[in-house]
Amino acid sequence: MSTTLDGRIALPADEAIVLHRSYWQATLHFCRREPLGAVGAVLVLIIAITGLSAELIAPYSPTANDFAAMTEAPSWTHWLGTDQFGRDLLSRIIYGARTALIVGLTSAIVGGFAGLVLGVASAYFGGRLDLVFQRIFDVVMAFPLIIMALAVVAIFGTGVHNVIVAITIPLIPRCARVVRSSALAIREIPYVDAARACGYSHSRIILRHMVPNVMAPFLIMLTAFVGQAILAEASLSYLGLGVQEPTPAWGLMLQGGAEEYASTAPWIAIFPGLAIALTVFGVSLFGDALRDVLDPKLRER
Amino acid sequence: MYQYIAKRVLLVFPTLIGAAALVFILMRLIPGDICLVRLGSGGGSFDPHAIDLCHAEIGLDRPLIVQFLSFVWGFFSFDFGVSMWSGKPVSLEILTRLPISLEIALLATVIAILIAVPLGTISALKQNTWIDVVVRTLAIGGIATPSFWLGIISIMFVLDITNAISGTPWMPPIDYVPIWRDPIRNLSMAFLPAITVGYRYAAVSMRMTRSAMLEVLREDYIRTARAKGLIEKIVINRHALKNALLPVVTVIGIEFAFLIGGLVVTEQVFNLNGIGRLFVQAVQNQDYTLTQALVMLTVAIFVFSNLIVDLMYAWLDPRIRFA
Repeated sequence: MSTTLDGRIALPADEAIVLHRSYWQATLHFCRREPLGAVGAVLVLIIAITGLSAELIAPYSPTANDFAAMTEAPSWTHWLGTDQFGRDLLSRIIYGARTALIVGLTSAIVGGFAGLVLGVASAYFGGRLDLVFQRIFDVVMAFPLIIMALAVVAIFGTGVHNVIVAITIPLIPRCARVVRSSALAIREIPYVDAARACGYSHSRIILRHMVPNVMAPFLIMLTAFVGQAILAEASLSYLGLGVQEPTPAWGLMLQGGAEEYASTAPWIAIFPGLAIALTVFGVSLFGDALRDVLDPKLRER
Repeated sequence: MYQYIAKRVLLVFPTLIGAAALVFILMRLIPGDICLVRLGSGGGSFDPHAIDLCHAEIGLDRPLIVQFLSFVWGFFSFDFGVSMWSGKPVSLEILTRLPISLEIALLATVIAILIAVPLGTISALKQNTWIDVVVRTLAIGGIATPSFWLGIISIMFVLDITNAISGTPWMPPIDYVPIWRDPIRNLSMAFLPAITVGYRYAAVSMRMTRSAMLEVLREDYIRTARAKGLIEKIVINRHALKNALLPVVTVIGIEFAFLIGGLVVTEQVFNLNGIGRLFVQAVQNQDYTLTQALVMLTVAIFVFSNLIVDLMYAWLDPRIRFA
């Protein structure tokens, strides 16, 4: 059994559509039902593989300056052209994929799991703990994501690690709140009482009985987070308050040179932005399809 | 109704005070002594006595609880202290930069609503047709496209177009002129940034309108309205849209606060001196008094736009008022 996003309990019949198949069958079924989602998943996979094998694919070093080939238009030697320091844009975008994915996945997964545990625990224990947790979530959520991230960067400084921390913190309450509302409905189901009557420990009930049942809204949140985190990283880097040179990052590539050379070398501005947009587009397409499949309330629409 | 309003208004204070506490704690997490940073930035050696003086000046020698209470009190009396960078009062710095940001935010909201509601409705009515697919793709595109990149591209586009037409490239003006003094100059400055941040805003609201509309169209009262022979236009406008817009109002209210976050990046692209740019400068200059005031300002905007949404909700939906 699972719950919908708003905490309604799904019928076992709904579940049969998603689970109890082999992974291959499930994947095939997903692709047939949600072709757009499959396109998104393939897009993300391609970008992920590109980022992972950057050393093998990238034609040039992402940091090597070539002052003989500055602001060159796309050509056979430099497929996407070069920037104002003569660096190959394609290579920088390929390496930038790695930075985007490291920041996006790490902050989404860490923030998501922290939110999952806090949200389920808050719903399970209820009472005063729940009240305190909820007030804290309220307060943290009153900070728009990018503002919170900027404030954290202001304190701890820039760089990949601090950016990950800065994006993770605001994601935690956003996940915890959604998970909590689903978990509240789960808690009322008799099997939780049964588990308690069996004398199982709190942690066992939370981890084995409640967490698996809030997986549907959790996974939907998680994919949304990946997109948000990639966008937030790009914004911070663009402002000069995120990833720092010489680490290749898409947001960083749009900083400085991109605007200055906008009319003479538009490719410097166009391609890194396209990379960001395509990645987040792919993640969002996949996330939307996932929601349609996992959320029975939206099914058969 | 009055009881509901009073309850809801009172709920604002715990969140604001909680946020103030969080900002207060965060600012004290800054590694090192603010006074050391301040005095040491010159590079030379300094009198240890100067540190005590500096502590006394900022008030760091007082007990923590007193510091916190005076911080909260300053917040409620609009006294945020003095900017550590420019030396001017923080409230003055913010007030001079606020109009331009507010104007862009409001313009973006209007643009977003004008795009989102009709397109979202059509998309829901023509579900699974090519129109629906186009609108949904546009919406996901709006969520995926970074607003600063859209800004850079639109500036490039405007430059090239005006260059091709008149021979001289035209750039939107960057200095703020009040709308009542020179409306054309004012709007030509605010229009592009408003579209840039408004696209994402429109995309989010469009998706909400679509899904809310789809839900409402399945309600019994829509079937009843159709069964009694009302023309489709009235069924959609009076019966469906009116109900579907409730969740859309929420999204618009919540996203308004996030618009301020979007402005942080967009103002940088367009070189506009709004509060978003001020925020980035404050962070870059390690101007902590200015940073904490701006963070509290965005939180206050978020909390109050939420309050307005909830009150509007109660006004629009009698079930909440009397529950």
